[in-house]
Amino acid sequence: MTLTQQILTIGICVLGTMATRFLPFLLFSSKKPTPSYIRYLGKALPAAIFGMLVVYCLKNVNILTGSHGLPEFLAIAFVVALHLWKRQMLLSISGGTVCYMLLVQIVF
Amino acid sequence: MQDIKPTKQVAAQAARLAFPYTIPIFAGFWFLGITYGIYMNVSGFCFVYPMLMSLTIFGGSLEFLAVEMLLSAFAPLQTLVMALMIQARHLFYGFSMLDKFRGTGWKKMYLIFGMCDETFSINYSANIPEDADRGWFMFFVTLFNHFYWVSGATLGGLLGNLITFDPKGLDFVMTALFVVIFLEQWLKEKKHASSLIGVLASAACLLLFGADSFLIPTMACILCLLSVFRKPIEKAGDFT
Repeated sequence: MTLTQQILTIGICVLGTMATRFLPFLLFSSKKPTPSYIRYLGKALPAAIFGMLVVYCLKNVNILTGSHGLPEFLAIAFVVALHLWKRQMLLSISGGTVCYMLLVQIVF
Repeated sequence: MQDIKPTKQVAAQAARLAFPYTIPIFAGFWFLGITYGIYMNVSGFCFVYPMLMSLTIFGGSLEFLAVEMLLSAFAPLQTLVMALMIQARHLFYGFSMLDKFRGTGWKKMYLIFGMCDETFSINYSANIPEDADRGWFMFFVTLFNHFYWVSGATLGGLLGNLITFDPKGLDFVMTALFVVIFLEQWLKEKKHASSLIGVLASAACLLLFGADSFLIPTMACILCLLSVFRKPIEKAGDFT
């Protein structure tokens, strides 16, 4: 690849990314009222997105081989328990991460 | 009557409020960013590449893939299709932020530009105090995260394989972040239809389509289910 082709390739990646980020805002300008279906989606989507992102993080976990996803499962259970107990975002995240690191480095 | 505070003070207050929310992302982005920089370095690219790519693309999974694209033959159309497919989930973020980004002035452009998974999740779910400026808060969340990612990638690109950087399991910080945000959302809502649709549709599509290509079918499923069950979901009264 020449330098120009490299720049173009990176530029196309930027273009693709920005198209997906800007499109909703271009389609529904803030001057006109947003259609009620889109407003509904805007409110109903986030909960589903957060669920999707959790699964996305775990997409390479294989429950059939290796540690069978046990460290991930245990660490997530730990995060949930810690968060329900203290409701401190930073504590739950750091506690869960340390728990996971100990599990994959020492136990499994 | 609220007194009008000078912009500098408003911005500084928002920055102080925003910073703690970004600490987990600092850990995650430095880990992933440095890894990405090292990967580019050992693939034969000067640190300017990861630096500029993390600055302009600002989306982890596509940047990793872009390394492979740069190493193969020039294929602009394929690159564009790939980029659109991997980044399609940002469409959902935009629809969710239409209202929240309203009235943020010049900052809106940057808020949209820098809306990666983590930034979106924080900006959507954070409980911003009434007296703080929402626009500046979201601006700083975006800016801090952007800075962590670019600095991590640049550092990795500079150091390359000189460092053995492998705190095994640190990448779990991102999983933990999303678990906490999902849980907070769960505790906030009265009915869990949308949350359940998100988890179950993703899990089902992951099993059916595999790790590399489940996002687009998942998004289609979520969209279909939310549209079909619009009436009962709206009636459940989680939002008006």
